[in-house]
Amino acid sequence: MAERSEDSEEVKLLGMWASPFSRRIEIALTLKGVPYEFSEQDITNKSDLLLRLNPVYKMIPVLVHNGKPISESLVILEYIDDTWRNNPILPQDPSERAMARFWAKLIDQQICVAAMKVAGTIGEERDAAVEETRNLLMFLEKELVGKDFFGGQSLGLVDIVATLVAFWLIRTEDLLGVKVVPVEKFPEIHRWVKNLSGNDVIKKCIPPEDEHLEYIRARMDKLNIKSA
Amino acid sequence: MADEVILLDFWPSMFGMRTRIALEEKNVKFDYREQDLWNKSPILLEMNPVHKKIPVLIHNGKPVCESLIQVEYIDEVWPSKNPLLPSDPYQRAQAKFWGDFIDKKVYASARLIWGAKGEEQEAGKKEFIEILKTLESELGDKIYFGGETFGYVDIALIGFYSWFEAYDKFGNFSIEAECPKLIAWAKRCVERESVAKSLPDSNKIVEFVPVLKKHIGIE
Repeated sequence: MAERSEDSEEVKLLGMWASPFSRRIEIALTLKGVPYEFSEQDITNKSDLLLRLNPVYKMIPVLVHNGKPISESLVILEYIDDTWRNNPILPQDPSERAMARFWAKLIDQQICVAAMKVAGTIGEERDAAVEETRNLLMFLEKELVGKDFFGGQSLGLVDIVATLVAFWLIRTEDLLGVKVVPVEKFPEIHRWVKNLSGNDVIKKCIPPEDEHLEYIRARMDKLNIKSA
Repeated sequence: MADEVILLDFWPSMFGMRTRIALEEKNVKFDYREQDLWNKSPILLEMNPVHKKIPVLIHNGKPVCESLIQVEYIDEVWPSKNPLLPSDPYQRAQAKFWGDFIDKKVYASARLIWGAKGEEQEAGKKEFIEILKTLESELGDKIYFGGETFGYVDIALIGFYSWFEAYDKFGNFSIEAECPKLIAWAKRCVERESVAKSLPDSNKIVEFVPVLKKHIGIE
């Protein structure tokens, strides 16, 4: 339950159902019990509303809280945690908070980029991108030793951000024809994916697998991405 | 227990400057340890195994990496003196949005001004000015990015100002002619003791750029 009286709150999310960045906002809002209106955006034909609310990047997700827009998913996640204090997603200790922010940034700015490179290349270039992605993921693998989630016993910021690995990167492996995150190399990550898959909030907030794979396949065809 | 604060840094780094300024704003004494980026020290490799980059803030033995994360950490650990981020969640989110914007955009285009030639350099100059103009319009008529008080977004951007003279010289253009309001803001910032103490002399940066180019094998 949210702490504030709900009838005074207006929470709207401009998002896109298959986007990991949009889904992570839904996870945080659901975790906090904040009701929200979801506005599906056509990212190939951007709405005037989106252009007006995020004039700098013109991208989803945008959270609009009582008329005020916030962009960039990591900024939105921290805003949600600052605004609705129940079920915190960031730890209390400043040093642990800094580490959580560090991993979240690493996932968005490097792991995501390296994984996109896997999709966008073939041959030796793809092999190099797979290697780079794995080297970065190995840091996450080590972080998970002895923990159910990155956040410890419960979902935290890094878990929410790393759903990108669990439900986008790993789901795409078969379509790409390359196991980027093989279970032999990454047993902790695979154990964590199972924990995530059993979590009620996550179950509710990730795209249904069949539709999701269908969407990714169509996008790969359109972008002319080849499987190995 | 007395706090032990160590900063692994490199004097021309605009990222390291952020952390220096934040520590000065909070009046935190720190042990500044200059690093040789072409011959990385064991302590740097141990404290930042993922990126192996400066600045690294080490507080009572625990490392904090990435300059904006350090600034926020400093604000959380020493909250009473000169708050750097606003307490209102929406204002905080806005400050973080612009800090992140500066991180994603400014360095990449600025690097092309001194590190590229021909069309690539021209594209870098053009993009750099566009980014500064976006920031200038966000600043508007305010004294600082956060309004009346010097804070997080000012800290994120001001270190680049010590490089402006070098950008002007190597890019053969004038940032001040394009963005006079932003330069006026920068001049206000360097009047603060924390900033004046943390930014190197612009002339030293102008002299450093050819050394840097040689090191990374351009020119």
